[in-house]
Amino acid sequence: MASTETKADDLAGLEAGLDALDAVQVRRTPAREILLDKVLPPVVAVVLVVLVWQLLVWAKVTDDYKLPPPGAVWDSLTDMWVQGTLLEVIWTSVSRGLFGFVMAVAIGTPLGLLVARVKVVRAAIGPILSGLQSLPSVAWVAPAVIWLGLNDSMMYAVILLGAVPSVANGLVSGVDQVPPLFLRAGRTIGATGLRGTIHIVLPAALPGYLAGLKQGWAFSWRSLMAAEIIASSPDLGLGLGQLLENGRNNFDMPGIFLAILLILFVGIAIDLLIFSPLERRVLRSRGLLVKS
Amino acid sequence: MATTTLTKAEDRAAVEHAARIRNVSKSFAGPTGQQLVLDDITLDVAPGEFVTLLGASGCGKSTLLNLVAGLDRPTAGSIETPGGRPALMFQEHALFPWLTAGKNIELALRLRGVPKSDRRPEAERLLELVRLGGAYGKRVHELSGGMRQRVAMARALAQDSQLLLMDEPFAALDAITRDVLHDELTRIWRETNASVLFVTHNVREAVRLAQRVILLSSRPGRIAREWTVDIEQPRRIEDTAVAELSVEITEELRGEIRRHGQH
Repeated sequence: MASTETKADDLAGLEAGLDALDAVQVRRTPAREILLDKVLPPVVAVVLVVLVWQLLVWAKVTDDYKLPPPGAVWDSLTDMWVQGTLLEVIWTSVSRGLFGFVMAVAIGTPLGLLVARVKVVRAAIGPILSGLQSLPSVAWVAPAVIWLGLNDSMMYAVILLGAVPSVANGLVSGVDQVPPLFLRAGRTIGATGLRGTIHIVLPAALPGYLAGLKQGWAFSWRSLMAAEIIASSPDLGLGLGQLLENGRNNFDMPGIFLAILLILFVGIAIDLLIFSPLERRVLRSRGLLVKS
Repeated sequence: MATTTLTKAEDRAAVEHAARIRNVSKSFAGPTGQQLVLDDITLDVAPGEFVTLLGASGCGKSTLLNLVAGLDRPTAGSIETPGGRPALMFQEHALFPWLTAGKNIELALRLRGVPKSDRRPEAERLLELVRLGGAYGKRVHELSGGMRQRVAMARALAQDSQLLLMDEPFAALDAITRDVLHDELTRIWRETNASVLFVTHNVREAVRLAQRVILLSSRPGRIAREWTVDIEQPRRIEDTAVAELSVEITEELRGEIRRHGQH
């Protein structure tokens, strides 16, 4: 009896030793390093671009009305801020874009799941769905205006037509890339049918789905800007697209530059604030972001 | 044709078995028509018995395990597992990377119908059983290969199945870790009274673990011979008795392989 006990203790000790030797160390990057590696380079790049821009203006390569100095664009920005219209204009577009995006997710997700899991559906609409991604959503503005008139529904229609295929395709490729081993392992523990979809397929497909969401947001935003630029009407409220179009009508180059920069800024900000952290979190928790 | 009838008098004794495999054949569509992979396999695993299936490549041992697991259907013959759906462990740990070690086990418990409040304590108990008490909140990528296989073992045990199927579960581990896991598996097998059907191509591993070793021939897989291993547990892979029987079985296995080079 005593000998088996020592043997069991031996085994436990041996195993604890192996575990300690083999344990994988996961290191978190310190904030200083992030600042130096991730934040500094883009900031320097932006500063350089503005510097080159200012130099071109000083060198008088072209007329001031064609290439306004950075300072003039900055003045347009502060003017809008003082008038209190800046945040209003941004919010008009952002709220439209986000609401349209949420609808696109609500439609694109079940659609993607259907295409991924049902063979007939995939054969029928799979190619169309991926083909639609290459169709510029600006093409939808004309029919949308005729069908729905100059209103918010027309904007949302254009967003949906642009973003739903991206969201659906992201989910489809996410599901396609689920390792068969996970499906087999799931089936052996009883995750079949709907339970298999919920507990195995969807979580396993999450990284691909997130990439689809990210692209879906980019498409939503681009579609919305196309719609706002082409279809301006006083009823629609002033968004960033209309701001750009107004600048063109008034020959206000600083205003046009400002509108373009704001559109770019919002697109990047939403990606940086929402999608990138989400994606990083998911990948890190699965050990897919380990640095070599 | 596959049959799963349970009518004959002799079949009533099936409850006495953890697995009852009767005249099972399996063929797949190959480049030259139907290819027979398993040919007329008849095999019983008694409750609490540890059986290893040994064979070279192409003997269909993994196919047989998939059939017993219910992941595939036999072309002919019948398979019964009266103790419910068998648990299956793979060569890869097959743990879900979006869940922690503990949650992987809890998913198996949940799918088995264990009430929510009981899942966490049960998962902790199973982790203790494989000596990974502190690993509940660990992600899969934070664990070493040996630890992953032990969590996979705990997840398989969470199914509370009478039959544990293992498909070369230690083949990808280093020799030291594999040796330790052999001891662990023997200990857990004796503590849980489960029946184990263990597939391997490693003769010493088969002898080290099993009460009965079954040698399969290749292409198609047939039962070539079987040995009862009377060596007392706990054994060591370097024990003389284990080595002697391994030599005998290896000779037989080589003979089986040699036959394929002759035509």
